[in-house]
Parts: sequence; structure tokens; C-alpha cells
Amino acid sequence: MIPELGHFALIIAFAVAIVQSIVPLVGTSKNQTALISLARPAALTQLLFVGLSYAALTHAFIVHDFSVLYVSQHSNLVQPLMYRISAVWGSHEGSLLLWTLILSLWTIAVAVYSKNLPEILMARVLAVMGMISTGFIAFMLFTSNPFERIFPTPLDGNELNPLLQDPGLVLHPPLLYMGYVGFSVAFAFAVAALLGGKLDATWARWSRPWTTVAWSFLTIGIALGSWWAYNELGWGGWWFWDPVENASFMPWLVGTALIHSLASTEKRGVFKSWTVLLAILAFSMSLLGTFIVRSGVLVSVHAFATDPARGVFILGFLVVVVGGSLALYAWRSATVISFGRFQWFSRETALLLNNIIFLTATTAVFVGTMYPLVVDAFGVGKISVGRPYFDTMFSLVGIPLLLLLGIGPSIRWKGDDWSRVVRTYTLFFIVSLVAGLLIPFMVEEKLNLSTGLGLAAALWVALTTLKDLFSRISRKLKLSMSYLGMVLAHFGVAVFVAGVTVTTTYSEEKDLRMVPGSSYNISGYEFRFQGTRKVQGPNYIADEAVIEVWSDGELSGELLPQKRVYSGKSNPMTDASIDKTFTRDLYAALGEELDGGAWSMRVYYKPLIRWIWLGCILMTIGGALAVSDRRYRQTVKNKVLEKNTAAASA
Amino acid sequence: MENNQPSLLKRFMPLIVFLALIVLLAIGLTLNPREVPSVLIGKPAPEFNLPLLFNEGSFSNKDFIGQVTLVNVWASWCFACRQEHETVKHLSRNGVRVIGLNYKDEPDAAKSWLAKLGNPYQAIAVDYKGRIAIDWGVYGAPETFLIDKDGIIRHKVIGPLSDKEKYDELMAVMNTLEK
Amino acid sequence: MYKFISKLVFLITVSYSFVTVAAPIETFQFDSPETEKVFHKLSEEIRCLVCQNQNIAESNADLAKDLRLEIYTMLSEGKTEDEIVDFMVDRYGDYVLYRPPFKPMTWLLWFGPAIIFAIGLIFVVRFMRSQNMSKQTERLSEEELERIKNLHAEQDK
Repeated sequence: MIPELGHFALIIAFAVAIVQSIVPLVGTSKNQTALISLARPAALTQLLFVGLSYAALTHAFIVHDFSVLYVSQHSNLVQPLMYRISAVWGSHEGSLLLWTLILSLWTIAVAVYSKNLPEILMARVLAVMGMISTGFIAFMLFTSNPFERIFPTPLDGNELNPLLQDPGLVLHPPLLYMGYVGFSVAFAFAVAALLGGKLDATWARWSRPWTTVAWSFLTIGIALGSWWAYNELGWGGWWFWDPVENASFMPWLVGTALIHSLASTEKRGVFKSWTVLLAILAFSMSLLGTFIVRSGVLVSVHAFATDPARGVFILGFLVVVVGGSLALYAWRSATVISFGRFQWFSRETALLLNNIIFLTATTAVFVGTMYPLVVDAFGVGKISVGRPYFDTMFSLVGIPLLLLLGIGPSIRWKGDDWSRVVRTYTLFFIVSLVAGLLIPFMVEEKLNLSTGLGLAAALWVALTTLKDLFSRISRKLKLSMSYLGMVLAHFGVAVFVAGVTVTTTYSEEKDLRMVPGSSYNISGYEFRFQGTRKVQGPNYIADEAVIEVWSDGELSGELLPQKRVYSGKSNPMTDASIDKTFTRDLYAALGEELDGGAWSMRVYYKPLIRWIWLGCILMTIGGALAVSDRRYRQTVKNKVLEKNTAAASA
Repeated sequence: MENNQPSLLKRFMPLIVFLALIVLLAIGLTLNPREVPSVLIGKPAPEFNLPLLFNEGSFSNKDFIGQVTLVNVWASWCFACRQEHETVKHLSRNGVRVIGLNYKDEPDAAKSWLAKLGNPYQAIAVDYKGRIAIDWGVYGAPETFLIDKDGIIRHKVIGPLSDKEKYDELMAVMNTLEK
Repeated sequence: MYKFISKLVFLITVSYSFVTVAAPIETFQFDSPETEKVFHKLSEEIRCLVCQNQNIAESNADLAKDLRLEIYTMLSEGKTEDEIVDFMVDRYGDYVLYRPPFKPMTWLLWFGPAIIFAIGLIFVVRFMRSQNMSKQTERLSEEELERIKNLHAEQDK
């Protein structure tokens, strides 16, 4: 009964979404306040019914209602409560429902926190978000109903993949979706502004905090996924350049370009139509990501659903949403006039360069992900694109980007004296370059250019970011939250780059055959294999190896990697054991039992790997700080800016 | 005030690029992403010399000369091989020379599998370690190669021959070959 | 979302029975650390064909094991990295390489990002030029000078 109610709620939500996307727009064109003011209640009603539907599915999981196909496929009687609740988004249908729920939440957040928006604009924004919601609910109702029943009802269901039973993974999809869907707000603002034909700097100020929040969620979501892969997969990698990962990375890259471009548009009123285009692009990338993940177009089994009907639906949806908004852009952007002029050497140019570089990076990911498909589509062969390609591209893109990042924030808006900047930063440049190249030289006693440049870039970004901060402090300038957020995020980039560089170059890994009592040395750590024992987990049995780690004659840790066999599964799972500290990880994974009581195992030494995620966390916090800036609280009007805007458009 | 109005082309560019992309994706949707065409087509069969499953002696690539041959890569552990077995038997009955390549299989298991399901092969070469299969670009069983009477590989079928589409394709290529 | 999805979907939808998530661990003995490095590099750049999107270093599939052994054997025989890559391509095609070969078919792949970068730069240069051209025709008004001052004051806040 409850699943039917959930299904029914979804149908009502569908109807409400249609109302929400059409009626307010009719109202704005006919100028009827009654219709315009319908937008908010419609959005609220939609949230209510999507929420009910979501609750119904969660309920089915909690009470083990295996008559629901989706529940029986993704949970069983012994699955712990937490993983039954998270199983809702463990696969295709349920994750769509989560997507829609999050979209509803974002819609309501916009409706609540943007009270000062003109009613007409608000109506348009909510209508656009309603359209997206309509599409997603239709997708569920027509191709992927999570409430489908099966008969006869099975006595028990299939367990959720053990790999997904991990706290990190419980949080990963919701955070990622918060980011994906969050870009729909910037998108809706952009489309609403195009509809109204009025794009001004206030538009940028409204959409900027939303974009930054979405970006922060996406950043932490991606980082969490990477963290999880590192911890659970047993390969020691943290990023695999897999199409599904790329699908989440592309919106991030465009989103990063967008938050920088929004800064120019908000502060200086420049690049308006460009920023609008980026807003459309960022959300398009989110949708495309969804498409890539779900349709099975790419050679990637990652496709949740290799169902062509779904692919066709999403393709049609993409055409309507992205094609529609780009057509609107083509039609309306002629009316957008950018005022404000700036010189060659100015913050505006620096941000424009930033955008070009991020777009280049996006192109690399996009081309790398899509090229095999294109080559295939034209029947000229089959190729694979993987890590070697992406690593090459990103090291090429990274150098100009990080160089620019160092000086960009200290260049003045509108125009600056380049010789001043050069004078200020020459020393920093030389110091970072020399120090960066020297560190690998001291470690390896030979020149290692790529590692040296990586470290130099990290140092350069860190030093210049701090230099800018301290020079502002010494000049007794007021430090806004958005400035501090930027500093923290940029510092996070430096930490990230340092982590990636050092981990990539100085990691050591070794596959070993070890008998109990034997030991192996790796980067100054001695791994002593003590033996194995059987361990009984809640729904698995495991062989557990005991490995003592000694360094400088002292016991510094114990690694307990397991090889688990889950009940009902024949394939063993690797559960790696990691000894984590700020400066290095020691990692052991257990292989197979060999003859003579020996075991095969893999040990790693991963220096500074934690810095990779630390960098991401700093970027996320930076984003959160920036949003907390007083400027964005609508009650506090930024008088100066408005005066400027008024003066400029006069 | 200066007017930075974008030109018509500039305004429509994003839309045009997007639509081109959609066309590509639509084409992509119609393709089967699993099939990898063999690079060996049009090339002579790789050199090998393998022992036979039932008799003494061996089978080598020279034995392809003079007759159109199907090389069927199979194993007793392979489920899909069972699926296609009737098709292989049908081909053999109709006068096609079918040579088996027993892939990473235990000879005893292979023998009892054939005893139960029938043996359509004129000869079975044993690739116990799967080393020769690498030379053939094999990545799983079943796979079937069509070799012409000059010992050149003409066609490759990945997966069971019982698939009608694949079977028809194979037949079409085979009919163009000189007997 | 990550490799796990691959694993998830694999286990649910694809019937390759030999796929496991256990890390493949082998205990090859190498005659030099350089050879070992080449081995790791190659096995990370060669695609496991039956796994769809995994390199052979990460996969426990039978074919991946065979190919790792093949690479190891060839290295022990003194074969070079290029020879081994050619060996793989001769048998499995370009598809087996995660580092796409550089040839006319892949020009757009390797140069695409650079082209976008160049277009972006041209766009910026033209934008700045057109801005400077119109600047020569008009002089800054009093009001605009005032605004510049304001802005300088504002950014320093």
C-alpha cells in the first residue's frame, strides 16, 4: 500500500511540477500577479510530494518490503539499517528520486532565501527549476519507476554490493548530487535573466552565492569519492580517469570557471553574456554527466542502466533543456550590453585567462571521454583514452594555471601596473623555482624536472597567496569573508598540488610473497609479517594478516589487511589496511595463500597522499567562507556597487 | 557607451556545437559498445604448432592452407560455448571444416564435455596455457575465426555463433570465399 | 562516481564470472628496479579487454593475468617497452592502449584542447583590441574618472 502511495505522490509531484513550470511564466507574460505568485506554493507542494515519495521508498527499505522490485534488488534481511536507508540511492531508480528530491530542496532554498528578488524574476527562476523537475520525474515515471512491484514476493532480497557498504559511500552520492543539482540554480537564474532580457550585475550577485555553495558540495563530493576508492578498492589509486569520474569532474571544472567569471560580472559588470553561457554550460555538464552514467553510451560498464529507452529519453531531455537554453541565449544575448572597460593588464584579463584555461581543461576531459565514442561512431576503429592522456594534458594545463593563480588575486581591477606586479613577485618566483627543483635533487641526488616543477608550482601558489594576505593585513585593509575564502581555497590548491606531486613521484609499491616471520623494507619502514588468522565479521568471514611496521627500531604501527568472503558471494573482497599519518600512508593488501604457508601481499608507501584530500577540504571550506560574506545577505545592500552599476548603465 | 554586441555567428555557435554533439551521441546510442574488431583480419593466421586433444601429432598454421576453415575457440568451463554448440555442429554437418582451439581447459574435462554434447571438430588443438590465444588476439571464449584457403584470417566472431546476426554475417563472408 | 560503480554494475549485470574485486597480487622477480618500473608502467597502460574499463594491473581477470605474465616474460627476454607495446597492438589493436597512439585519427584528441586554448586567446586579443579602438575615439569623462577612483577605493576595502 505504502509503495503505491509513494508512486501516487510522485504522479502528483509530476502534475505540480508541470504547473510550476508553466503557470508562473504565463503570469509574467500576461502580467497577472495571481499566476506569478503561484510559483512559491507550487514549489512547496512539489517538495512535499517528492518528499513523501522518497519517504515511501525509504520506508519500503526499512520494513523489508521485498514486493518492491527495487528493494528486493538492493537489500536483504541482514543488511544494517544505515545501509538499507542508503540503499535508496544505491542504484539507478532511487538515485533519480534522490536527484529530484535535492532539486526540490534547492528550489525551496531559493524561494526562501531570495525574498528580495523581484517577484517576476523569482517566478521565472522557479518555473525553470520546475521544468527540470518535470523532466526528471517523467524519466522515473515512464522509464525507471522505483516503486515497481514483483510477484511472487521473494522471501529475501539481494544484498547491496558490499563495496557500497561503507560510511564514505553513504555520503558520497548525496554530496555529489547537491553539487550537480546546485548548478541548476545558476542555470535557472541565467535562463530567467535571458527570458526577462535583462542581465545586470545584480543578476550575478544573486546567483553567485548559490553557485559557490553548489561548487563546494561538488568539491567535497568528488573528494569523498576519491577517498573512498583509495580506501576500499585496494589498488592504492585515488583517481582513475574513468568516464564516470570524468562525468563529475567536468561540471566541477566549468563550475570553477563560472565562480571566477561571476566575480568579474558581479564586481565590474563585464563578461555578462559569457558568464551566462558558463552557467548554462555548467548545468549542461551535470546533465551530460547523468547521461553518460546512465545510458551506457560509453564503453563503461558503469552505466547503471544499459537500457536504450532511457538513453533516448535523456538525449531528448538534453536537447530540450540545453538546446532550448542555448537557443534562448542566441536569441537574447544580442540585447546584453557589457559596459566597463579594462586594460590589458588587469584582474579582468587574469580572470578571463583563468576561464580559458579551465575551458581548455574541460575540453581535455571532454574530448578524452568522448573521443572513443566518436571514433567508433564513424567506424574508423576503436581506441582507448586513459591516464597517460589525461595526465599529460593536466600537467600542460596546470603550469599556466598555477602561474596565473599566484599573481591574479593581487592584480587590480580595471588596470594595473605590470612592472609593480613583476617587482613584487620576481623574488617569490625565483625562490619557489629554486626550492622546488632543489627538493627532488636532494632526495634523489639527480635533477627531476617534472617533480621539481610540481613542487615549485605548489610553493609559488602557497607563498604568493600568503604574501597577498599579509600585505593586505599590513596595509590594514578590511578582510572580507569572501576574500578569506578565496585565500583558503587557493592555499588548498597549493596543498593539493604538493600532495599529488609527491605521491605520484615518491610512492613505492611492492607485491610480495611473505612467509610468517619474514620482513621487507620499503622507504625506511620494515614490514614484519606475523601470520594470518580467521576473523568473523557480521556478514563475512575473513583471513586477516598481522603485519607489524617498524621504523628506526621502534614499532610504529600494525597493519591488519583482510581478505573477506561475504555470505552468499563467492568472490573474495580485499579490505586494505592503512596506517595513516599527516605525512605518509602505509598500506597493505592481502592477496592469496601460496604454498608453504606463504601469502602474497601488496605493500605501499604513499607520502603526502593525505594532502590531496586536505587540499580539497580547504577548497570546500574556502567556498563556505566566501558564501558567508555579508554582501550576500540580501538585507545588507551594497550601496557602492549599486551606485556604480547605476552610474555605469546611465 | 561602447557596444560589445556579439555577432550572429558568435551567438549561435554554442547551439551549433551542442547540436553536433547530440547527433554524435545519438549515433553512439545505436552502437554496441562491447565489440572490438580484430586487427588480424586480412592477415595470415599467426604461427603456431599445438598438440591435439585426441590424437598424437599436432596442428599448425600450415594446416590451414588449401581449405576454408573455421577456428572455434572454446572451453568446457565456458557457458556460452554450450549455447553455440548446436550451431557449430550444424556447420560441421554441412561440410564446413571446423577446427577447435581448446582454450585454457583441462583435457579430461574437455573430453567428457565433447562426449556428452558431441564432437563437431575435425581436429582440436590444445592451448592449455592460453599463450597461442594471445597471438590470435583472443580475449575470451567463444570466439570464431574464418580462415581462407591461403591461410588468411577473413572474419572474426566474438561471442556465441548462435546469435543470428553474427551467424548471417559470418555466412556472408564465407560465401564470398573460394572453396 | 567511481570505480565502485563499475564493480557494482559488473557484479549485477555482466556475467563475466572471473571478475573479482580482490586486488591482483603477483610476486614476479625482476632483475633490476628499472625493469620493474617498466613492468608497472606497461601493466598500467594496457587495457584489460574483458573488463571494459580497467587496466591489466588492476584486474584479476584471467586474460589480464595472462597478459601480465606475457609482459613479464618478454621483459625477462630483454624486450624493450616499444616492442611489447607493438606486440600488444598487433594482436589487440589500438584499443588495448590507454595511451592513444599519435596518428591522423587522433590529432583532434591530442590537439583539441590546444585549439580551444588558442581560440580563447584569439578571442581575448580581439576583445581587447576592439575595446582599445573605441577608447581612442572617446576620452574619459569626469564621471568615469570618478568611478575609477571609487573602484580603486572599493577593491582595497
